[in-house]
Amino acid sequence: MHGNEQEFLASVSGFIGSYYLFVGFMNALAAFYLWQTKKAETYGRVPLLALPFTTASVWLLVSIFFVVIGGLALGGSFALLKFPQGLRNFLDSIMQPHWYTLGVMGGLVVLYLGRRFFVRPTVAWGMLNLMLLLMGYSMTDPDFSSIVTKPDNVPIVGMVYLLAFFTWLGAYKAVQNDDRLKQGLEPLEKELDEKVLVWPDLVYTELICMIAITALLIVWAVLLQAPLEEPASSVKTPNPSKAPWYFLGLQEMLVYYDPWMAGVVLPSVVVFGLMAIPFMDFNPKGNGYYTIDDRKFAYLMFQFGFLVLWVTLIVMGTFMRGPNWNFFGLYETWDTHKVEALNNIDLSEYWWVQLWGVGRPKAPASAGELTKFIYILWREAPGIILTILYFAALPPAMVIYIKGFRKMFVKMGFARFMLLAHLLLLMGLLPLKMVLRWTINMKYFISIPEYFLNF
Amino acid sequence: MPPLGEIIRGSQVWKSIFRHPMPVDRRNRIVVMLTNFFLHLHPVSIKKQGIGLSYTWCMGGVTFFLFLVETITGVLLMFYYRPTLEWAYNDILALRDVTSLGILREIHRWAAHAMVITVWLHMYRVFLTGSYKPPREFNWVIGVILLLLTLLLSFTGYLLPWDQLAIWAITVGSNMARATPILGHEGPGAQFLTVDGIGMITNASDARFGLLGARFVGEETLNRFYVLHCIAIPLAAALLMAIHFWRVRKDGGISGPL
Repeated sequence: MHGNEQEFLASVSGFIGSYYLFVGFMNALAAFYLWQTKKAETYGRVPLLALPFTTASVWLLVSIFFVVIGGLALGGSFALLKFPQGLRNFLDSIMQPHWYTLGVMGGLVVLYLGRRFFVRPTVAWGMLNLMLLLMGYSMTDPDFSSIVTKPDNVPIVGMVYLLAFFTWLGAYKAVQNDDRLKQGLEPLEKELDEKVLVWPDLVYTELICMIAITALLIVWAVLLQAPLEEPASSVKTPNPSKAPWYFLGLQEMLVYYDPWMAGVVLPSVVVFGLMAIPFMDFNPKGNGYYTIDDRKFAYLMFQFGFLVLWVTLIVMGTFMRGPNWNFFGLYETWDTHKVEALNNIDLSEYWWVQLWGVGRPKAPASAGELTKFIYILWREAPGIILTILYFAALPPAMVIYIKGFRKMFVKMGFARFMLLAHLLLLMGLLPLKMVLRWTINMKYFISIPEYFLNF
Repeated sequence: MPPLGEIIRGSQVWKSIFRHPMPVDRRNRIVVMLTNFFLHLHPVSIKKQGIGLSYTWCMGGVTFFLFLVETITGVLLMFYYRPTLEWAYNDILALRDVTSLGILREIHRWAAHAMVITVWLHMYRVFLTGSYKPPREFNWVIGVILLLLTLLLSFTGYLLPWDQLAIWAITVGSNMARATPILGHEGPGAQFLTVDGIGMITNASDARFGLLGARFVGEETLNRFYVLHCIAIPLAAALLMAIHFWRVRKDGGISGPL
């Protein structure tokens, strides 16, 4: 294995080295920009040299650091540039679907609550550097490297960084505006109210964007070949078989839902729910400028749906779901023979067998269709009642017990509030099902395989 | 002799195309926006805030540009590619190994991935700036349909190389249609649609069959996805894009604080 590792490191040293040099160059540019525009904050003075120590100095030092490790990587000295195997094994062992999902959610909550701190350019740039360094270190792991550099997965890595960047940008501008609004000022966008001619200001921007995108596409196309596997064969099923990457969130939902929910009903609800947003969001504030404080509820609900439920599940489905859709840590080999104990239990089994110690009700073999149907209803009664309660009793309860929802109900009226409440409840059902699966191996609330109706 | 540029700009041919002098002064910068077919998509003037990259992220524009890239590279790829079991894979192989400018396939594929990402980022920006609020509700709805069409364009295109990656991704993706309530043969409620005790929804008549044109991903599917990918969905998307852009103008231009 050790010989293989040496070979592997030699094969990636060019890439990782240039990558670090690029990150070093980025930091040098940042330092230069801060120095030139005099935007750098001064922390103190460097003893002996009589120079001010500023943010620009920090990024210059970071730049030197990256250039040095870039040189080391190019020279093939990875002794200090890879995670010790023990640490990787430890990370793999704690990475499980629940820790991954809860970790992402927790991280986003921390970012949200501390947004005033995290959006500061110095902090954000530092976090970016850490993310990039983590990426570089991870690339020295053969398993991580092979999954991340699969041609069709490269865009997803790009997307993760793009989303991080734009989430930061949106939050940065929102925090700026929120501070201004608190002081009774108008949002920054309002200050740029004067009109300019589209030619030249906008058409030139567009032209530059088009050229930049074209250049990017050509470079990308030259550097990375589009995937082409063996000719299609309907008898050789690959393991894992994955849908295109943007549907992997739906495929991941198959773990918790039956296909009729994960593949048909819920995607339709997502599309329909997105379309319904403008008709449910009655808040007139926050139209045409970045803000969080003016529309906290809408912001949080959207971020929960988009970043947590959509993107997080896609990332998990792409990078952490291996053969047999088993979960694999980022540094773990995709072993086809990995066995995961799957002993999931339906609610009806919990109710009849485990709680009451009787068998699940079963119609006598000679019974007619109607009798069988009634037996099925009786068998699944706990789940059916729970589901009805969830969707019918919770919306009124929200109105009665939660002040925010009461205000919404008054402003939105019955129909629109019910639509919102049910969309939120449907959205919340997925994390709920996940938690129940992780904690008590809950399979279905309602399990009627006779009619393909499992819920 | 006058400079060549002046000769060209003074010629009858040039003047028949461009009805006004170069847009170097205020008057002609306005006229150019009003008289040029491609530019008249834009207003003549716009609030400074509406052209700031940190406000718009330019993601709607980039998505549209990527659609144009896909159209151009897609048409060129259609010259080479034949959607049949006999040729599909070999044509892609030839594009990779033999054909000059086979890199068009790479550009087409990466631009497609990029388009899915930029359309999400565009939606993200429009949400964060609350730009779906009145009077722009309907345009948001059209945008959601365009997002769906973008995913379907990518999905139908995924099958065309006819390799293992393609056929199994589409198999997994379309298997779920079997479970469509009522209309899928493994969906809840389908078994109640019977005539004289014979089920009407079978694996040869259900939603998945309609999507694939067969009971499994085969030649019929390849043909069906090819037509959807190259003609039906792009046409629908182009129409909706026209409405989308038109509505941006009609709903008061790009959003800004009221």
